[in-house]
Amino acid sequence: MAKDFDVIVLGGGPAGYVCAIRAAQLGLNAAVVERDKLGGVCVNVGCIPSKALLHSAYVANLVTHDAERLGIRVGDVSLDFGAAIKHSRQVSEQNSKGVGFLLKKHKVTVVAGVGRLLPGKKIQVGKDTYTATKGVVIATGSKVKGLPQIGLAINQTTVISTDEALFLEEAPQSVAIVGAGAVGMEFADIFNAFGSKVTLIEVLPRILPLEDEESSAALRRAYKKRKIDILAGATIKNVVVTDSKVTVDLAVGGKDQTVEVDKVLMAAGRGLNLENIGLEDIGAELADGGFVRVDESLQTTAQGYYCIGDIAGPPMLAHKGSREGVLVAEQIAGKSPHRIKYDNIPSVTYCHPEVASIGLTEAQCKERKLDYVVGKFPLMANGRARATMETDGFVKILRDAKYSEILGAHIVASHASELIHELAVARENENTVEEVDLAVHAHPTLSEAIAEAALDSLGRVIHS
Amino acid sequence: MATKVYMEALSPTMEEGRIVKWLKRENESVTDGDVLAEVETDKAIMELQARGEGTLRKVLAVEGDTVEVGTMIGVIAANDEDIAKILATVGVTDTEQGQAGGASPDEVSQQLQTAEPEPTAAPTGPAASSLLPADRVKSSPLARRLAKERQVDLRVIQGTGPGGRITKRDVESAVPGPRHVTATVGPAYEDVPLSQIRKTIATRLSASIGPVPHFFLTAEIDMEQIAEAREALNSIPDAPRISYNDIIIKIVAQALRQHPECNAWWQDDHIRYFNDVHISVAVSVEEGLITPVIRNAQLKSLREIAGEGRELARRARERKLKPEEYTGGTFSISNLGMFDIAQFTAVINPPEAGILAVGSIADAPVVLNGEMTIRKQMRVTMSCDHRVIDGATGARFLQTLKRMLENPLAMVW
Repeated sequence: MAKDFDVIVLGGGPAGYVCAIRAAQLGLNAAVVERDKLGGVCVNVGCIPSKALLHSAYVANLVTHDAERLGIRVGDVSLDFGAAIKHSRQVSEQNSKGVGFLLKKHKVTVVAGVGRLLPGKKIQVGKDTYTATKGVVIATGSKVKGLPQIGLAINQTTVISTDEALFLEEAPQSVAIVGAGAVGMEFADIFNAFGSKVTLIEVLPRILPLEDEESSAALRRAYKKRKIDILAGATIKNVVVTDSKVTVDLAVGGKDQTVEVDKVLMAAGRGLNLENIGLEDIGAELADGGFVRVDESLQTTAQGYYCIGDIAGPPMLAHKGSREGVLVAEQIAGKSPHRIKYDNIPSVTYCHPEVASIGLTEAQCKERKLDYVVGKFPLMANGRARATMETDGFVKILRDAKYSEILGAHIVASHASELIHELAVARENENTVEEVDLAVHAHPTLSEAIAEAALDSLGRVIHS
Repeated sequence: MATKVYMEALSPTMEEGRIVKWLKRENESVTDGDVLAEVETDKAIMELQARGEGTLRKVLAVEGDTVEVGTMIGVIAANDEDIAKILATVGVTDTEQGQAGGASPDEVSQQLQTAEPEPTAAPTGPAASSLLPADRVKSSPLARRLAKERQVDLRVIQGTGPGGRITKRDVESAVPGPRHVTATVGPAYEDVPLSQIRKTIATRLSASIGPVPHFFLTAEIDMEQIAEAREALNSIPDAPRISYNDIIIKIVAQALRQHPECNAWWQDDHIRYFNDVHISVAVSVEEGLITPVIRNAQLKSLREIAGEGRELARRARERKLKPEEYTGGTFSISNLGMFDIAQFTAVINPPEAGILAVGSIADAPVVLNGEMTIRKQMRVTMSCDHRVIDGATGARFLQTLKRMLENPLAMVW
C-alpha cells in the first residue's frame, strides 16, 4: 500500500470521513485512519442507532396510546426492547458499511488501526508510517465519560453510558438518567416507551438547559404527562453503587430525596479523544476547555495539522464536524471556502415531541439587550398537527424589531428536526421574517406554522 | 449575450438626454467603446458609448427624442440572438424590418406606436426607467434593509458572501451615515467673487507661466506610524488589503476638509470652494492617463476607499468608466512611488487648483532626538494653482497633511 497521501485524516467519524471524501472530490489523494468502525460514534453508538430506537419508542406510544382513536384496535401490546435494539444495530451496521462504500467509491484509502501523530505531517499506524504532503486532519472525536468525582464512574453494569445502553437486551425496570440535555432526553423517551420507570436528573434548573425556556417548559409538560420524573436543579449528595442497584441521595429545591434504581445512565460529560494521539509531539496546543487550539482556518498551532469536529470546539455535533471537514478539505485544496457561521448551526433533540432550534434564545436576546419581537404559533391551531394528533408544541421566532432579521427560532413539534431547516436556510441567506412569509407554504403542513409565526412577529398572524 | 443600451447619465446632474444623432445604425456592428450616439445633456453634447459587442440590432429612440436616464434606447446582440424577450420588456415586438438595413427614424416611431395598443405590451416612456437591471447588486434582503435605513449605497460595498453577495456584515462594516448621493447638508460649494488683488495675481501670474501658474511645495514625511497602522489593518482577516495610496487618499481628504482653500476650482471670474472632497486619482492606462474620482472621500472609510479605488482602477484599465466617474474631482493625487520615483512634480488637472505628487516610501537616515536612525520616509510635492492657492496657504495644508500622516490619530483630532 502506498504510504504517501496528499491528505491523511485521523478518525473516520462524520467529520473525518466527510473531509476525506471532499478532499478526494477536489482531486486529492486521501486516506482515513480509523481504529474502530467507520462512521464513528455518530453512526455506531450515537445519532443513528438512537434514532432507530426513538422510532421504536414513537411507534410504541402510537400503538399503545393513539391507535384506537385512529381506528386501529390492536389488542394486547407487548414490547420487545431486544428486538428494537437489534433493528438499531442493523441500521448502524448498514450505515457504517455505507461509509466504507462511499470512501471506496471516492478512492479514499482506509487504514485500519490506531494512529499516532508524528512531526513532519506523518502518522504512525502500527509499524507503518504514512506521510501527508499537504495536510493532516485530526478528527478523533469524543467519548462518553462518567462523573467519578460524584461517585458515578461508569462500571458498565449498573452505572452505564450510551455505549452500554445501546446494547441492552431489555429495558431496565427503573433507570435514573443523569443529564437532561439531548442524549438524556432521548433515552428518557426510549426507556419510558419501553416501560422503564424513568427519573431524569439535571443539575441546572431546567431540562434542555441550552434551549429556549419555553421549549424546556413544553417538554417538561409532555414528559410529566408520560410519567417521567424530572428532578431539575438537583444536587447529588451521595451515591451508593451495588451489583444490582444504585441509590442516589440528592437535594432538589432544598428538599432531600432518595432515588433507588436498577441502572444509572450517564448522559452528562463527554471526554475528548486526545490521549496518546501525539498532540505534544507535533506541538499542537490546547485551548480553554481542553479543546485543541485552532485558528480561523481550523489549523492547529502545528503547521499543516488541522483539527475538526468535537475536539476543535463546541458545539459537539456531527453536522458541525462534517461542515468543518468540508471547509478544511477545500482549504487544503487551495480553495477559499466560505466561513462557517457557528451561530447558525441547528440544534435538535429527537425526543417526542422533538425540539429544534437555531440562533439565539429569548433569554440571550434579553441578555444582549437586543430590541426583538416574538412571533409564536401553537401547533394546536395547525390543521395538519390536529389531523395526526400531534398538537404538542409551537414555532417561536425571535426577530429584530427594526430590520426583521431572524435572531433565533425554536420549534417543539413532532417533526421539529425537519422543520428547522427552513429557518436555517433563511438565516444563512439573511432572509428576514418577511421573506419567510412571502414564500408560499403548502397547506396543510406543519411548515405553515413557521410562516404563521413569522406573520405573528409582524402582527399579522392569520390562524390564531 | 445581448447588451441593452440605456440612456446614461453623462454628467453628474443629467436627468434626461436628447438624442442628437445616432452614429450607428441598426444592423451595424459595434465594438465595446464605440460611440453609438451623440446626446445633448443639460450641459453639453456628449457621446454615448457602446458597453458591449455585437450588432446594434434595435434602436428604440429616434433622433430628436428626449428620454429619461435609465430608459432603454437600443439593443446590441449577436446576429442570430433572439432579442424578442428583451424588446417585449419595453413593449416592442421584434420585426424583420430592421434586417432590410437600418431603420429610419420614422420606422422606429411607427414601431413604437404600433406596439402600444397590443394588449400584452407594457407602456414605454417614463415607466421604463424602473428597468435598471444593469446595475443589479447581489445582496441579501437583510443587507438591503440595513443599507436603506443607513443610507449606505450598496454599489460601493464589496460583498463577501457567495459570489460577492453583500451581507449584513458588509453593510455594517461600511461606515454608517449618509454618503454617495449628497454628502453634505447644504450647498456643495461656495462661489466667491474675485477680489481685485486676486484678479491682479491671476493676470500677472498667468502671463508669466502659461495659463495655469504652477508653483511647487515639497515636504518630507515620516511614514513609520502609517506603515505600522497599515500592517495592523492588513492583519484583520477577511478585510480588503489597504494600500499606502488608499491611506494617502483618506488622509488628503481629511486634511482638505480642514483646508477648504485648497479644495477648489478656478472658474475664471470666481473661485469655487467645495465642501465635499472628491479626489481624482491618476491611474495609468494603456493609452495614457485617466483620473477616476473617489467622491466624498472625506466621509468614506479606508475599506470603502480601498474597494472603490480598486474597482475604479480596474474599470479604468478596461475603459469602462462612465464620464461622471472621471469628472468632477476637486483635488488630485498622482503616485509614482511604485516606480521608485523619490520625488516629482505633477501637472495640475484644471479646473482643480492642486495636485499632490507622491513619491516612494524608502528607508532613509534621519536625525531623531539628536541621533541618527533609519526610518521610512516619503516625499510629496504639491503643485498649486497660484491664482487660487498662495504659498503659505499650500504650506499650511501640507503641514496638516504631514502631521496626520506622521501621527494618524491627528485625523480625528
